[in-house]
Amino acid sequence: MYVLMAIFFLVVAGCEALAIRWQLIKPGNDFLNPDTFNKFFTMHGTTMVFFMGMPILIGIANYVVPLQLGAHDMAFPRVNAFGFWTTLFGGCLAYFSFFVPGGPPAVGWFAYAPLTETTFSPKSGVDFWALGLLVSGVGTIAAGVNFVATILTMRCPGMTLTKLPFFCWTMLWTSLQILVAIPPLTAALIMVEFDRVLGAQFFNPQNGGSAYLWQHLFWFFGHPEVYILILPAFGMITEVVPVFSRKVLFGYEFMAAATMGIVFISMGVWAHHMFAAGMSRTLDMYFAAASLLVSIPTGIKFFNWLATMYGGRLWMASPMLFAVGFLAMFVLGGLTGIMLASAPFDLQVSDSYFVVGHFHWVLIGGTVFGVFAGIHYWFPKVTGRMLSERLAKWQFWLLLIGFILTFGPMHVSGLLGMPRRIFTYQADRPWQLWNQLSSLGAMIQAPSYLLFVINIGWSLRYGRPAGDDPWDAWTLEWATTSPPPSYNFSETPTVRSRRPLWDVKHPDDPDWKYE
Amino acid sequence: MNIPKSSLENFATAQADGSATLSTPPAACRLLPTHVGMGAFLLSEVAFFSTLITTYIVFLRQTKGSNPSPATVFHLPLVLTATGCLVASSATVHFAARAFRNGNRAGFLGWWGLTIVLGATFIACTAKEWSDLIGRWGLTISRNLFGSTYFTLVGFHATHVTVGLMILSIFWVLALRKRLDNSSHVGVEIVSWYWHFVDSVWIVVFSLVYLIGR
Repeated sequence: MYVLMAIFFLVVAGCEALAIRWQLIKPGNDFLNPDTFNKFFTMHGTTMVFFMGMPILIGIANYVVPLQLGAHDMAFPRVNAFGFWTTLFGGCLAYFSFFVPGGPPAVGWFAYAPLTETTFSPKSGVDFWALGLLVSGVGTIAAGVNFVATILTMRCPGMTLTKLPFFCWTMLWTSLQILVAIPPLTAALIMVEFDRVLGAQFFNPQNGGSAYLWQHLFWFFGHPEVYILILPAFGMITEVVPVFSRKVLFGYEFMAAATMGIVFISMGVWAHHMFAAGMSRTLDMYFAAASLLVSIPTGIKFFNWLATMYGGRLWMASPMLFAVGFLAMFVLGGLTGIMLASAPFDLQVSDSYFVVGHFHWVLIGGTVFGVFAGIHYWFPKVTGRMLSERLAKWQFWLLLIGFILTFGPMHVSGLLGMPRRIFTYQADRPWQLWNQLSSLGAMIQAPSYLLFVINIGWSLRYGRPAGDDPWDAWTLEWATTSPPPSYNFSETPTVRSRRPLWDVKHPDDPDWKYE
Repeated sequence: MNIPKSSLENFATAQADGSATLSTPPAACRLLPTHVGMGAFLLSEVAFFSTLITTYIVFLRQTKGSNPSPATVFHLPLVLTATGCLVASSATVHFAARAFRNGNRAGFLGWWGLTIVLGATFIACTAKEWSDLIGRWGLTISRNLFGSTYFTLVGFHATHVTVGLMILSIFWVLALRKRLDNSSHVGVEIVSWYWHFVDSVWIVVFSLVYLIGR
């Protein structure tokens, strides 16, 4: 249900993105008026992060984590349901703003104060936006609580933390990050609402409040948030790459430590979003250096994936295709991230299309490719049927080409000085070609998502039966039937290594002899 | 690529041989999901209150210089009474949980009931304080930053105490009607954790707002 909801919001926010790209296709276009344009990019960003990104990851994890642990279900099934319904209700609240006078908020997804104060946004759109995020945040926290409890206490006998399937390990750390990062946003949103409804002064500079405080609070949530979105994708890639390379994961311990490293470091780098807001030189230097540090654990992960593939017998089925796409694309997004982390460079391109290009590159090249790898990997387990490989390959190549074409030129238009969030531009600027390429790319990407939805619908009915273990994989979820019974396992399994199914399939050469 | 079904069916037995030594650890050292879940929830609460407390600190200088100033409006004897009640209630809830573990129903009802009384006294003190602040000094949430930060921080803490009182009361009534059995000890424990947490938050809030912030 989580995943279905996420796909629904993906379509909604995707349409908003298409409208934005259509507006920017030529200078002086009047497809959207400035106000509508602002509303669309606000809702596009908000939806993709809160009602698409997190729910799809939480949804997949809700299904896969108990299976990988050899557990019957999540620790608290009712908390799980509560999390889902509050998240959905939050999404409905945010979208309800389309039906109130004044329409949805036009403040951007990070909603800088004092734009959100009643002086600048007198209509109730911002209220619905804030309440929607607040409510869905509570749902996300509930999911985080549930994952921590499940992963720490529901593992089957023999599965010590060092034998945890890697996806569960990343979900554990993602959940801890959710627990630390989302509540500050909740508190900040409450302050916004107190300002708007009760006349408090938190973010109202005229009465001594601080717009700057909102930036800090928002990014203290906002930066860990991008890791909440990417770590589960890392986990999925780490499940897929070894299976389709027919090799053991290279450097499990280093991968695990790198995950922790990313979580801890990313908690202390939020203000690199704020170089342009003006901080002291000391702070600039600290946040630049800390942000660059993140590249070390991420690099460790990257080289471990490559080392896992190196010398392996690669099987380029659809999950692996998306995983390789992830590797190729994510590293490029990481490189522009390193560029942006250095404060002097950031000051030049802050709030330009370069930044837009960068974060779409990591979120789509990272999270979306990773999620597609995960969905293509686990779909046979969830439904008992295979996805059509042919449609999947079409989807992959359309997505890859469309994605590069959309977001690649954004880096160029950004370096040419195009600011983000402008609804149009003059013809004498050198931006038109790059914008047309971006819009063309968006038109190529759109059918790829459509193919994905079609593939799911078609394969549910006509897909080839999958069998229990179509990928010849090694983790516990492939030991039960596809789809699994509601109690997952009829007998609680006992494991002795990180690849319990390998041990079963190769009793003469089991893993636990080496670990 | 399919492997024979039979090997999967034999999964449990294939794994079982020789693995007796690394089977389930003894029950005593295993945390229950409820414990870990409560711990995780409290972690998120720590993050929430940290944000409010940080905000209070950010505006502390303006707060001290505001009109009316904290030094004028705070009535320390009242706040100290409230603080004393809350700290004492942390002790009583601990004794109550211990009585429950030992199967001492009367002890549990007494200590647990005393906790409720102490918590309610705390809320009553806060109510009295707020009615003074608003009625006598005209300090409201919209008056100035002192009002905004003070009522938000102390208000969210008081809300947590109130929620805690409701949960405590539900348990007390259940115990009175003999609806609690041995399996309820986890519930009693995590409620007492929550209560200890609310108490510790108050110690930080008290030090910041009434001692440092005057």
